[in-house]
Amino acid sequence: MNKVFLWGGLRPAAGGAEFVEIEALTIRELLRKLAERHPKLETLIDSEIAVSINGTIYQDDWSKKIPKDAEIYLLPRIEGG
Amino acid sequence: MGKDTQLTDRVFKSVGTRPMRPDGIDKVTGRARYGADHNMSGQLHGSILRSPHAHASIKSIDTSKAEKLKGVKAIVTAKDFKTKGITDPDLLDIIDNCMASKKAFYDGHAVAAVAAVDAKTAKAALKLIKVEYKILKHVTDVDEAVQPKAPLLNNKCFTKGVDPTPDKASNIAKRSEFGHGDVAEGFEAADVVIERTFKTGQSHQGYIEPHACVASVGPDGTGELWVCTQGHFVFRQQCAKILGLDEAKLKVTSSEIGGGFGGKTHLWVEPVALALSRKANRPVKLVMSREEVFRASGPTSATSIDIKMGVTKDGVITAAEAELRYTSGPYAGSWATLGAMTSFACYDLKNVKTVGLEVLVNRPKTTAYRAPSAPMAAFAVESMIDELADRIGMKAIDMRIQNAAKEGTRSSYGPVYGPIGIGPTLDAAKKHPHMSAPLGPNQGRGMACGFWFNFGGQSCTDLNIGSDGTATITVGTIDVGGARASLALVVAEELGIPYDQVKAVIADTTALGYNEMTDGSRGTFASSMSAIQSCRMAIADMRQRAATLWEIDVDEVVWENGHAYAGESGLNDSNSNHPPLSIADLAKSADKTGGPIAGHAQIVADGAGVSFATHICDIEVDPETGQTRVVRYTVIQDAGKAVHPTYVEGQFQGGAAQGIGWALNEEYIYGEDGRLQNAGFLDYRIPVCSDLPMIDTQILEIPNPNHPYGIRGVGETSIVPPLAAIGNAVSNATQVRMTHVPMSPPRILAAIHAEAASDD
Repeated sequence: MNKVFLWGGLRPAAGGAEFVEIEALTIRELLRKLAERHPKLETLIDSEIAVSINGTIYQDDWSKKIPKDAEIYLLPRIEGG
Repeated sequence: MGKDTQLTDRVFKSVGTRPMRPDGIDKVTGRARYGADHNMSGQLHGSILRSPHAHASIKSIDTSKAEKLKGVKAIVTAKDFKTKGITDPDLLDIIDNCMASKKAFYDGHAVAAVAAVDAKTAKAALKLIKVEYKILKHVTDVDEAVQPKAPLLNNKCFTKGVDPTPDKASNIAKRSEFGHGDVAEGFEAADVVIERTFKTGQSHQGYIEPHACVASVGPDGTGELWVCTQGHFVFRQQCAKILGLDEAKLKVTSSEIGGGFGGKTHLWVEPVALALSRKANRPVKLVMSREEVFRASGPTSATSIDIKMGVTKDGVITAAEAELRYTSGPYAGSWATLGAMTSFACYDLKNVKTVGLEVLVNRPKTTAYRAPSAPMAAFAVESMIDELADRIGMKAIDMRIQNAAKEGTRSSYGPVYGPIGIGPTLDAAKKHPHMSAPLGPNQGRGMACGFWFNFGGQSCTDLNIGSDGTATITVGTIDVGGARASLALVVAEELGIPYDQVKAVIADTTALGYNEMTDGSRGTFASSMSAIQSCRMAIADMRQRAATLWEIDVDEVVWENGHAYAGESGLNDSNSNHPPLSIADLAKSADKTGGPIAGHAQIVADGAGVSFATHICDIEVDPETGQTRVVRYTVIQDAGKAVHPTYVEGQFQGGAAQGIGWALNEEYIYGEDGRLQNAGFLDYRIPVCSDLPMIDTQILEIPNPNHPYGIRGVGETSIVPPLAAIGNAVSNATQVRMTHVPMSPPRILAAIHAEAASDD
């Protein structure tokens, strides 16, 4: 079971929770289960979320494996110049 | 000879050297073709009519007289851009920004466009277009815009990120929050607490080349776009959606680019040129004037930041809190979010909270500018660090070192850091001769740290070996700052051939799979990762070909130094009867061993790794006039692995120079009527060479574990510290805390006088 932390802007769509516990092997599975549990997050997941796994930020690669007990943090997608 | 890296444990031969850039001669001789240098047969001249009002309803647009003018071939307004079926709110905003529909939201907002046989006719036609406006109250100041009675830009703007969603519209498009711990508790534990408000003006990237394109769309739904852009694949995708074209039928070619810095990540005139071309059934060239670039492309946010920090007398920061209000123009953005994320990212804080507010104002749509939003936040935070250190009698650099984030620190934006480079940049700064150099009269020294995320994203590359053994690497991420040289070095390194036998090419959108833009410091990081994979695919193929020629098993072929060797020990195997085969040897026999030798990769280059920098700056201030002079400037930054150190240094220097301009001079100035007063380089003054000293650089190489060569992006972080470094230097020179960027002479003088008056 991984603790998935939500940044402040996501929490209203997840009933105010600071984190949720989800068991997932990949980013794809994580986001799918998250949307199933909190449907209000679905549109944000499609376009606005990046996933930090143990401090490394993944913006696009849903196939990325999630190590056991990894720290997962959902962040806004980063824009650059 | 390049250096070893602890990550790869290899000695680089090409990477880390400083050869001439392959595009250099074209650029200095004028042979390079930029956005406005391209022409198509029968092309028309495109011009745009822009709103003279800061905020106005568009009651009607009458184009009938202009249409009758001889030589006018097409006129478009918002009615020519169909939005039915488009649900992406960002794309709808892009369309509305390219051509205003119901309201003109800022001085310079496009309301109509003309394609005519020449510029004179187009200009005459614009004068014949009659637009009936109803002028509305406007707001351009960020703090005025958040007031309850401020003029409302969008009556359907209900602040996102707040639960429950407000039922009253406001100019605050979004609220975001980050942090951890208990800041109230942290402030209780502090010996010194300081609260301040910092403001920064809206600045423009100041790229020398204005936006320019040539568009051609035929009645069969096929089109071409030649354009100056940071991302032609993104432009293709968005333009195809806006125009209702098939992506595959729209070929987009990126020109050389005369600077972008984030400003060319966005569509401004390109859909208009395509729409005009489709209507006229002729190619249309559209080039923005400098005035148009200022009024109607995308500057950075103006900001207002309330910040509070507490520290013990021993120098431990116990709590930090900030509310960051960023303008985003008339449309929602994520600029304050980025400011809130980056603000305290350099430090290890037990209690931290940041809130970002995206604020709608009657200014042009905000766009990225090199580490977008981070410089303004750093200005506030790093100024406070200096002031707190001064209050407790500690050296500012020691306080930074004591509180610096490190591996295992929970970042202020959430995740725990892996290996990071803020500590080494501070240690290097402390040891740097600049820190102990004597200062002259009226001079002050300042320093500041900066953070940026960096990212990678989708990349697609092809490697092709010629019949003579030379290599072409084809990429789809455009070259803004020397990427072709860097990628040629990486391919030369991987294949084991000389740099001058590699040609790096930027392909158009028909030649490769999708590539992200050159932004987020991703160009060299992501394209090199993909290029390395392409090379390794080709090497695997060449080993197989050598095995075929030698009639041995491929497992008995070793690749080393650009040659195939028979035998397990490769270069050192003296038992082999087969002389080694070079790439040129293998290329000669390619037709007999399987045809063309090539490699390909399509990847998502995630794992870019965060980036840190520390800057040191000496400023001299004339106390009678407030005039400033940058006396000395040093940039220290982590590059992971510097592929081409000269261009890494160039990125460091360029970011610092732009930050210096922003800190001291650059600012959008609006009149009472909401119109931009300084839409030109005479009145919006960016620094020129004679304004600046040689900017010293120190490259640190702390390898990125997520890249085969340890590379990190270097293009953006260098613009983060200058506002604060200069603010601290000016404050130290004048003994007055500077809180408002730009620190122009009148503003410095006013601060000195205000301080003197308060002392009286």
